[in-house]
Amino acid sequence: MTTALAHTPLHAWHKDQGARLVDFAGWSMPVQYTSIVAEHVATRTAASVFDISHMGRLRFDGDNAAAFLDHLLTRRVTDMEPGQIRYALLTNDQGGILDDVLVYHLESPHGARYFLLVVNASNRGKVIAWAQSQLATFPGVTMQDRTTDTAMIALQGPAALEIIDPLLDSSPANLKYYTGVVTRQMKKVCIVSRTGYTGEDGCELIIKASEAVQVWNNLLMAGRDRGCIAAGLGARDTLRLEAGMPLYGHELNEEITPFQAGLGFAVNLAEREFVGHQKLRTIRETAEHQRRVGLSLTGRRVPRENYPVLNSGQQVGHVTSGTFSPTLNKPIAMAYINAANAESDHGLEIDIRGKPTPATLVPLPFYSRNRK
Amino acid sequence: MNPEELLYCETHEWVSITDEGGSKTATVGISKFAVEQLTDLVFMELPEPGAEVAAGDEFGEVESVKAVSSLYAPVAGKILEVNHDLPNNLETLSEDPYDKGWIIRLAVSDDSALSTLLDYQAYQKQCAAEE
Repeated sequence: MTTALAHTPLHAWHKDQGARLVDFAGWSMPVQYTSIVAEHVATRTAASVFDISHMGRLRFDGDNAAAFLDHLLTRRVTDMEPGQIRYALLTNDQGGILDDVLVYHLESPHGARYFLLVVNASNRGKVIAWAQSQLATFPGVTMQDRTTDTAMIALQGPAALEIIDPLLDSSPANLKYYTGVVTRQMKKVCIVSRTGYTGEDGCELIIKASEAVQVWNNLLMAGRDRGCIAAGLGARDTLRLEAGMPLYGHELNEEITPFQAGLGFAVNLAEREFVGHQKLRTIRETAEHQRRVGLSLTGRRVPRENYPVLNSGQQVGHVTSGTFSPTLNKPIAMAYINAANAESDHGLEIDIRGKPTPATLVPLPFYSRNRK
Repeated sequence: MNPEELLYCETHEWVSITDEGGSKTATVGISKFAVEQLTDLVFMELPEPGAEVAAGDEFGEVESVKAVSSLYAPVAGKILEVNHDLPNNLETLSEDPYDKGWIIRLAVSDDSALSTLLDYQAYQKQCAAEE
């Protein structure tokens, strides 16, 4: 007996293409179409499209919507201009991370202003319940779960903006990084944002579910001559890992504080009160026990989640994500290790299935693109 | 080697037995299906000749970007030969899994495990169910 998995509007397309489908947070999602490495390299050198419709999309309306989200998120929301997007955390009373999200302030073509929260698929139910429990004190704010009646597609890579430009009413090159706009794609309303989770330039589109296949095919056709291909969650994971981006459930959970995770930049404590702010103020003053670090290894054996990190034979931490980096051609990992061991990698090793393997501390990200 | 004439483990190793004057030699590799499932191979660890393995023992591992898989001996014996070219030429496993992609040769010491292995048809069925 298996529970039925949710399907994105592109599910039939993935299946037709022979994608390998896996259960990801209750969704049947493509992990790869051909090879993770080929899809990874295409994203770094040309462009690729990702179906990210499984990500939760929650819309907030009402005069109090900004104040409401300001109360929930570690990042200031009340000063966001329409078009701005911010990476923020949703924390509980204890300062633990409930989710990491993007908050969008948008303006519809009719002038209506609203907020959109893009949340992790694995946390969508939790975030909705959490937001609902906090709504009572903010009269007039409404929340709508738009996840299933919309689709979300990421177009990422150095050629991404050139590829999408002719399809859009407003040029994406005019969008600054971390801004978004409600515009039209082939005459259909869509939200385009200059955001992504790969370490490359590019954009993400939110469209009507019924238009997803058409938009997807338009992007692939427009990008065909530039080497744009479809990429799955496997490449998305190796790309975000190289870019040093945390993934909820691996680098982030309710027991980890934003400061341990190296996400202090996403916490605005000055003159603000949000859920968890008192605890976070206290935590910020105290020395961190563990810290998120980047590690690289020689050889070809891959460090994987939960492998112990050792110093002189003693465990000082554990791996949270690891892969064989297609761009750097070596094994890399993110890990939490004791702060005392995060300064020098002398004697640092990762226990790879019983074989201690020397590891080097590397500043995150492992990879950053050449910015024009 | 013709894949239709080989025997298979549920764990995707194939084995071919040759009998020379009463002493049996087993050649072991992994199936095309297994290699396709792994994709993006990055690493392979192999044993040294001379080691003794029992049927079902792990004798090496093959690792891809996504996951690591152990290699299990289909039959008991002493390792005679190891294909040391493979770790530096992992593409051989996908290009020619049943000939140049052989992994080890064993001097069979006990062939009783052979009766538990799958023939080609049964193995194909298993693969179809896994896909």
